[in-house]
Amino acid sequence: MDSALFGKLTVSAIPFDNAIVMWTVGVALTMGAVILGLVTYYGKWSYLWKEWLTSVDHKRIGVMYVILALVMLLRGFADAIMMRAQQAVAEGPSQGYLPPYHYDQIFSAHGTIMIIFVAMPFFIGLMNIAVPLQIGARDVAFPFMNAISLWLTVISAALVMVSLGVGDFSHAGWTGYPPLSESQYSPGPGVDYWIWSLQLGGIGTLMTGINFFVTIVKMRAPGMTYMKMPVFTWAIFVTTALIMMAFPVLTVTLGLLTLDRYLGMHFFTNNLGGNLMMFPNLFWIWGHPEVYIVILPAFGMFSEVVATFSQKRLFGYHSMIYASIAIGVLSFAVWLHHFFTMGAGADVNAFFGIATMIIAVPTGVKIFNWLFTMYRGRVQFTTPVLWTLAFIVTFTIGGMTGVLMSVPAADFVLHNSEFLVAHFHNMLIPGALFGYFAGYAYWFPKAFGFRLDEKWGKRAFWAWAIGFLVAFMPLYALGFMGMPRRLSHYDNPAWQPYLEVAAAGAAIIFVGIVCQVMQLIVSIKNRAALRDVTGDPWNGHTLEWAVASPPPFYNFAEIPVVHDLDAFTDMKEKGIAYQRPAKYRDIHMPRNTPAGFIIGMFAFSFGFAMIWYIWWLALASAFGMLITLIVRSLNDNVDYYVPAAEVERIENEHHRQMADAGATGVNAEPAPYFAHQV
Amino acid sequence: MENAKQTRRGWLPQGALACTAGCGGGHWALLDPMGPIGADEKTLILTAFGLMLIVVVPVIVMTFAFAWKYRASNKAATYQPKWDYSGKIETIVWIVPAVIVAALSVLVWKSSHDLSPYKPIASNIPPVRVEAVAMDWKWLFIYPDLGIATVNKLVIPTGVPVSFRITSDTVMSSFFIPRLGSQIYAMAGMQTRLHLVAAHDGTYEGLNTQFSGAGFSGMYFDTVATSRQGFDAWVKQVRQAPGTLDAAAFKALETPSQNDPPAYFSAVKPHLFDDIIQKYMANPPRPAQAPGMKMGV
Repeated sequence: MDSALFGKLTVSAIPFDNAIVMWTVGVALTMGAVILGLVTYYGKWSYLWKEWLTSVDHKRIGVMYVILALVMLLRGFADAIMMRAQQAVAEGPSQGYLPPYHYDQIFSAHGTIMIIFVAMPFFIGLMNIAVPLQIGARDVAFPFMNAISLWLTVISAALVMVSLGVGDFSHAGWTGYPPLSESQYSPGPGVDYWIWSLQLGGIGTLMTGINFFVTIVKMRAPGMTYMKMPVFTWAIFVTTALIMMAFPVLTVTLGLLTLDRYLGMHFFTNNLGGNLMMFPNLFWIWGHPEVYIVILPAFGMFSEVVATFSQKRLFGYHSMIYASIAIGVLSFAVWLHHFFTMGAGADVNAFFGIATMIIAVPTGVKIFNWLFTMYRGRVQFTTPVLWTLAFIVTFTIGGMTGVLMSVPAADFVLHNSEFLVAHFHNMLIPGALFGYFAGYAYWFPKAFGFRLDEKWGKRAFWAWAIGFLVAFMPLYALGFMGMPRRLSHYDNPAWQPYLEVAAAGAAIIFVGIVCQVMQLIVSIKNRAALRDVTGDPWNGHTLEWAVASPPPFYNFAEIPVVHDLDAFTDMKEKGIAYQRPAKYRDIHMPRNTPAGFIIGMFAFSFGFAMIWYIWWLALASAFGMLITLIVRSLNDNVDYYVPAAEVERIENEHHRQMADAGATGVNAEPAPYFAHQV
Repeated sequence: MENAKQTRRGWLPQGALACTAGCGGGHWALLDPMGPIGADEKTLILTAFGLMLIVVVPVIVMTFAFAWKYRASNKAATYQPKWDYSGKIETIVWIVPAVIVAALSVLVWKSSHDLSPYKPIASNIPPVRVEAVAMDWKWLFIYPDLGIATVNKLVIPTGVPVSFRITSDTVMSSFFIPRLGSQIYAMAGMQTRLHLVAAHDGTYEGLNTQFSGAGFSGMYFDTVATSRQGFDAWVKQVRQAPGTLDAAAFKALETPSQNDPPAYFSAVKPHLFDDIIQKYMANPPRPAQAPGMKMGV
C-alpha cells in the first residue's frame, strides 16, 4: 500500500541495477554540482538571484529560455543517438544493448523533450528577446506572468530529468495514446511524469501566448500599424493566437487522462463506455496547430534573416502575412490526417487530406517569396543565411513527402512507418531547428553585445546539414521497405545497412553540436574582437537594432515613432537613427520579484507529489502557489521610475562608446540644445 | 519466453528462404506490391510524387541559382534594395501551387473512395472471411466460415478477395501486410474492415505498425498466399491440429507473450470475434497486467 508520507515513492524507484541510467544520472549530478560549485566559488549567488532568477526583464527571461532549450537539446540528442545505435545493431540474433523497457522510454522522452522542452523554449526565448524590441516596447504586457511562464517550463523539464533517476518515464510514446497510457497497461509513474511535465509546461506556454498576444496588440510603438509590423512579430502574433486556441485543448485532454488514471474514470479506456479514439482526436486538435506553433516562428526568423542579409526589403510582405494567417487557420482543420487509418469513411478522409494539401499553397508562397527576396539582392553567406538556404532546399523535400502522406490512400501504406519518421524530422529539423539556429546567430549579438564566431558556426552548419541528410534520407527508403517506427529489434537483414547509415548521420550531427559548443567558447574568448558597439551589427531593418547591444534594461530611452515597415532602415536613411531626444524622461519599469521563481518551485513539488501520490505535499504545494500569488497581488510596490538622469547617463555611455569606436552616423556629443543640462 | 524466441528464430530462416524464392527482390515492399490494392497505392504515390516535382525541382534550382547569382561579391548582378513587390510574380506563386493542389485534390477524392479499406473487392469469386484480433503481442486469425483459427500465421488463396473484420483485445494496434496494401487500426470494442487480395503466390510479412508496448517489435507474422488447392490442403492440416480455441484456450492466449511461433486451432468457440468486441462494451476492467511494465526492472 502507498505510505501516507511518501505515497508510492520507495528506494526501489531508483534503478540502481541499470548501469546506463545510473551512469547518466551520475554525469548529470556531477555537472550540476560543478556548476553550483563554480557559482559559489566566484561568489555569484547574489548576482544570479538578483539579476536572473528573480528577473522580469523579457531579455533575461529570453536568455534563460534559450539556455533551457540548448541544455534539453543535449538530452534529447543523447536519446536520439542511443536509439540510432540500438537500431543499427539490433537485427536478428543481436538484441542490441537496450531492452524494450528502456528503449520505449527513450523514444517517448525524445519526442516529448524535443517538442516541448527544446522547440518551444527555443523560439519562446528568441521571441522574448526580439519581439518587445521589434515593436518598440519596454517590456511585455505582463512581466511577472512572463516569469511564471518561464519557471513552469523549467520545472516541467526538470520533472522529465528527474524521471531518469527516480522511477521511470512514459513508454507510451510522446503522444501517449490510450489505452496503452491508461493505468491498466502502464501502472508505473512513467506516464504520470509525462502527464505532469506536459501539463505544467503547457500552462506556462498558454500564459506566454496570452502575454505576447496582448503585448503585440497593445504595446506597439506609435505609427506601427498591423501592416507595418515586422514579419517576425507577425509570425509570433499568429503563433500566439494558435497557442491560445490550441493549448487549452491539451490541458483538457491531459486532464481527462489524469481523471482516468487517478480516479478510475473511463474517458479513454477500452471498456465501460470509454472511447480511445477520442484521445487521438483531441490530442491532434492541439498537436497539429502545435506543429505550426513551432514552425511559424522559424518562418519569421528566416524572413528576417533573408531580408537583412540580402541587404534588401522582404519580397511580398503582404503575401507573407496572409500566408501565415492562412496556415494558422488551416492548421485547425487537418488533425485527422494523423490517423487516416482509424477507419473513418472515404468522405471524411478526403476532406482532411485536401485540407492538409491546401496548407502547401501558402507554404509554397512563402518559399517563393524568400527566393525573390534574394533576387536582385546582395546575399551575404553568413551562418544564418546558410541555415536558411539549407532549410529552403530540405524543407521543400519534406513538404513534398508531407503532401504525399496527406493522400489518404497513400498514407494507408506509409502511416506509422520510418517514412513518417523521416518526414516529420524533415519538417522539424530544417523547418524549426535550423530557423532557431539562424535566429540564435542573428540575435545573439543583440542579447550579449558580441557576435558569434563565424568559422565555428559554419562548421556546425555543414555538420548539421550533412548529418541531417545522412541520418534521415535512409529512413525514407526504409519506409518503402515496410519498416514500422519504434522497433527496438527487427528480423530483416535488408534494413540494417540503412540503419547503420542513419546512425552515422546522427554521429555527424553530433560533430555539429560539438562545433556549436566550440563556437560558444571561442566567441566568449574573443568577445572583445567580436564586440557589437553600435547595436546594429548586420545593418538591420527593424527596431531591435536601433538600441545598444545588449540593450539597456529599459530598451528605449524614448519610444520611437514608426513610419515604415523597415522602421530602422527608414530612420537610418532619414539620418535620424541615432538622434538623441531633446530631453530624457523618467521611465516606468516593473520591479523584479522572486514570486515567479517561488511559484515554479511549488509547481515542481506539486508535480512530483502528484506523480508519486504524495497527497499532503501536493496539497501543500498547491496552497503554496496560491499564497505566493495572493501575497504578490497584494504588494503595491511592483514598479518604479528610472530617473531621467540615470537614463541619460546610460545613453551617454552608449553614445560615447560608439564614438570611440568610430561608428559612422553617430552623434557622440549630446545635441547642442541639450548641452545646458549636462 | 526465451523458449518461444528460440523456436521462432529457428523457424524464421525458412520463411525468409521461401520469400527469396517466392517474391523476388521483395526488399522494397511498397514498390513491389503483390496485389491490386498495393499496386494502385504505388501508382498513386508515384503520380503524386511526379506532380509535386513540378514545383519542387524549380524551387531547389532557383534556391541555388538566386543565391549564387546575387551573392554579395557579384557586383555585376542587378541590385534593387527597394524592390519588394511584383504582381506578376505574386500571381504565379499563388496560382501554380494552387493548380497543382487542385489536381492532387481530385486524385485524393477519387483514390480515397476507390481504395477505401471498407470497399469490398469486385470479383466473381466469393471472398474468404478472416477475423483478425490484435493481442499482447500476437495476431489471432479466425476463419469463421471454416471454423479454424491460427496465431501469427495467415494463409490465403491467391486471387481470392479476403474480407477482414479487425478488432483488438488489448491496446490499439494496426494491421498491415505491406506488399498487399492498406493498413487499418485494430481497436478494442470496435470493428474495422479491410479488403485485400494477393495476385501472386508467395510469403509476405504482416505486422502491427502501431506501438503497443514491450512485445511490439516481435508482433509480426507470415502471410502465405497459395493456390486454392494449397489453401484447401492447409485448411485440412489445421483441422488435424490437436488444440481447439475454447474459452480456456482463449484465456491462456490472452496472457501477454512475445515472439510467439505460429499456432493452429482445429476448432473455434462460435462467435468468438463478436464476444471479444462485446467484452469491452459492458464488463468490469480486466485485472491482468502486462509483464515487463513493472517499475524498476
